[in-house]
Amino acid sequence: MAMRMEKDLNRFHKIIRGKIKDNLREFIAKGDFSAKEGGKIVKVPLPRIEIPKFQYGSNDGQGGGGVGQGEGDVGQAVQPGDPADGGDPAASDKEGDHGLDVDVELEELAKILGETLELPRLENRGKKNIHAKSYKFSGIQNQGPESLRNFRKTFKQALKRSISEGIYNEEDPIIIPIKDDKRYRSHTLMETPMAQAVIIYMMDVSGSMGDAQKEIVRLTSFWLDTWIKSQYKGVERKFIIHDAVARDVDEKTFFHTRESGGTLISSAYKLAMKMIEEDYNPQEWNIYLFHFSDGDNWSGNDTTDCIEMLKNKMLPSCNLFGYGQVESRYGSGQFLRDLEKAFPKMPEEFVTAQIKSKDQILDCLGTFLGGKRKKAS
Amino acid sequence: MSFPKTNLTDRLQFLVEEIEAKAREVGLDFFPTIFELIDYDQLAEIAAYGGFPTRYPHWRFGMEYDQLSKTYTYGVSIIYEMVINNDPCYAYLLRANSEVMQKTVMAHVYAHCDFFKNNFWFSPTNRKMLDQMANHATRIRAIMDDVGEDIVENFIDDVLSIENLIDPYLPFQPKKSEAIKDQDSFRQEIQIAKLPAKKYMDSYINPKEVEDQQRAAMEAKLQERSPFPLEPERDVLLFMMAHAPLTEWQRQIVGMLRDEAYYFQPQGQTKILNEGWATFWHSKIMTEVYPLEDSEIVDYCDHQSSILFSSPTNLNPYKIGVELLRDIERRWDKGQFGKDYLDCDDPREREDWRQGSGQTRGREKIFEVRKIHNDITFLDAFLTEDFCHEHKLFLYDFNPHRNEYVLSSRNFNEIKQRLLDQLTNFGQPIISVCDANYLNRGELLLKHESTKMELKKETAERVMQNVYKMWNRPVHIETVFQKTKIRMSFDGQSHQQKKLS
Repeated sequence: MAMRMEKDLNRFHKIIRGKIKDNLREFIAKGDFSAKEGGKIVKVPLPRIEIPKFQYGSNDGQGGGGVGQGEGDVGQAVQPGDPADGGDPAASDKEGDHGLDVDVELEELAKILGETLELPRLENRGKKNIHAKSYKFSGIQNQGPESLRNFRKTFKQALKRSISEGIYNEEDPIIIPIKDDKRYRSHTLMETPMAQAVIIYMMDVSGSMGDAQKEIVRLTSFWLDTWIKSQYKGVERKFIIHDAVARDVDEKTFFHTRESGGTLISSAYKLAMKMIEEDYNPQEWNIYLFHFSDGDNWSGNDTTDCIEMLKNKMLPSCNLFGYGQVESRYGSGQFLRDLEKAFPKMPEEFVTAQIKSKDQILDCLGTFLGGKRKKAS
Repeated sequence: MSFPKTNLTDRLQFLVEEIEAKAREVGLDFFPTIFELIDYDQLAEIAAYGGFPTRYPHWRFGMEYDQLSKTYTYGVSIIYEMVINNDPCYAYLLRANSEVMQKTVMAHVYAHCDFFKNNFWFSPTNRKMLDQMANHATRIRAIMDDVGEDIVENFIDDVLSIENLIDPYLPFQPKKSEAIKDQDSFRQEIQIAKLPAKKYMDSYINPKEVEDQQRAAMEAKLQERSPFPLEPERDVLLFMMAHAPLTEWQRQIVGMLRDEAYYFQPQGQTKILNEGWATFWHSKIMTEVYPLEDSEIVDYCDHQSSILFSSPTNLNPYKIGVELLRDIERRWDKGQFGKDYLDCDDPREREDWRQGSGQTRGREKIFEVRKIHNDITFLDAFLTEDFCHEHKLFLYDFNPHRNEYVLSSRNFNEIKQRLLDQLTNFGQPIISVCDANYLNRGELLLKHESTKMELKKETAERVMQNVYKMWNRPVHIETVFQKTKIRMSFDGQSHQQKKLS
């Protein structure tokens, strides 16, 4: 791509970015984008950014008539195509409601979210850091396997020797290295500290959580993922669904299951704790827990158990626990009230939000991701 | 003819020379044509820039490129051919295309170049536009360095929203531009004449009473003045250049964008005829003059069928143009024209009509057609009832009761009328500056000459906002909305609408 187009293309992307930012709430609520292969880019359909012109058009949403070609009797239905007249293919202003399909990087979306909500950076809680090990080949040694030979250094050495021995001829500069001239690369072990994060999503999939509610969870979790991924190099995600029983599942199952049992929230919390104890040492991992439900727990006793677990086990070991209550026709919403009663003064790691509709997802994200995090002790 | 060295392969260079020779043999006449071999990525870029390698910086080119660069699947691309109206003509061949495709493109391009050179509507265009575009780019970049990228880009956005408000006949009336600029002299009269005076002497030499008297006289004159402009002015861009309160750099930019708009204008006016002409010739050359090998025919037909595909409601300009031209050639070869023929009522008699035996005037006729016609005159002159019938043309309309589009008529007169309606002013609304001193407050009144089609209200309002930014005073337009005459206004804050009797 020539430099000029790169500039115009960047300018266009900047404008797109501006449009997304200006309409972020709507953009999130609509959730109208799809991930592309590789997972780093999403395809976003946007209305075409047009330079407005005085032009013909229908003001009532329906197209006018036209002229067509082909078989058919009077009264038969036809499928309208694009207007074939007007415009100039070379002048590049096309009419019509064709949308744009724009590729946006997830990083970019995360930035927009961060700027709009003024999100603080997520802090690595001074974990005993996991180190990624890698080898760096920047040293020199005199012996080694042929596969590691360093061509330049070898010839340089040979040149030095030739000159010092007096056999180097400037007129006819041929250098022949001998065994002692040979140089090889040597390696050192590098340890790069890696900030690791794990997100554990928990969702109530009892009968009262319908498709609309699941959709809200899906959209919210997408943005939580996007933001957290932009803050850490390695992010793992775990999914727990529960009704009266909790299961560790994959992402697809998470969003497509419908159970019909009663609801025991403690089952999910217990499973989450088990995961943490077994696989995710809080000393090494930054742990983010999110639970979504319509708040209709089986019993007050179970709720008490949950609060116990939160107070004594979960909150002390995680960076953040977010509870999002979605609204459904059947849910009582009691759980949220109980939590608020149990934690009159919410600790930093604990946040709750009510998501009544898709429009409120943006606010929920702000609540979950804003505020101060505990610094490393 | 020796050209600057391009990057064609030897084989392609050979084919170019062969096909060029054949093109000239059949009578096509064109400026020297240079082909370049490129990848789809590069072609998308050039197409996004409207065929020119260099344009001024603007996001819309980025947008076009963003969309075009994603549409390529191997062997199938949205951009079929790219050739510009210039001397020399530049055209592009896609590296990945088969030889059949390359040959077809070459023939198609030569026919386009012949059209650019010979069609009357292209005669006033700048044949050195390639250089001109580059000049514009350089100058606009310099202005951006001076004034600021964002400011200039926003101004360009404003100007582009009225880039279709030019006069289709102006290129053929060179004296008119001068006349428009002359109207400025009237405006200067509005300045109150003042004798030069030192400040402390001002009230003696130009006493207030005298000034007041002069002002009153001037206002009286304005009341009875003739409207300004004298006649409705269709070249709104030129009018803005001459009379809007623009800075010098803004005036320059309007001038450049206006040049570009006029350059592209004939392409919009002759789309059907031009494509028809190019398709006619590539088809003739590939099948008769420089025939394809047997092995290539299948590829060729496959490709042709996708280009010439007509969906039931999408009148493909490539198709109707070429079919009309073939019809004309056939009719003129058989003598099926003239008053007697047109007066004949019997379709069978018309079909069998032969006159002037032995003469083949068809070829001559279509060369003449490509020389003098634009899309409107072309269809008006040559769309016949027999043609409509043979090619199964029909009208379709939206049926609100059934909530779908429905085939509504196969009546020739109605079909022809609809086509011509849609082509009125080549699809662009006819808008003129009616009064630049509207309400004696220097407000701008535009008039939309309404036809059966109405302006899209939402975009119209946005254009008014942009025009306001240039004119700096309220802007109005008279038009028809939902079959009622109205005047839309924008005063810098809000849009208003007033019903007119």
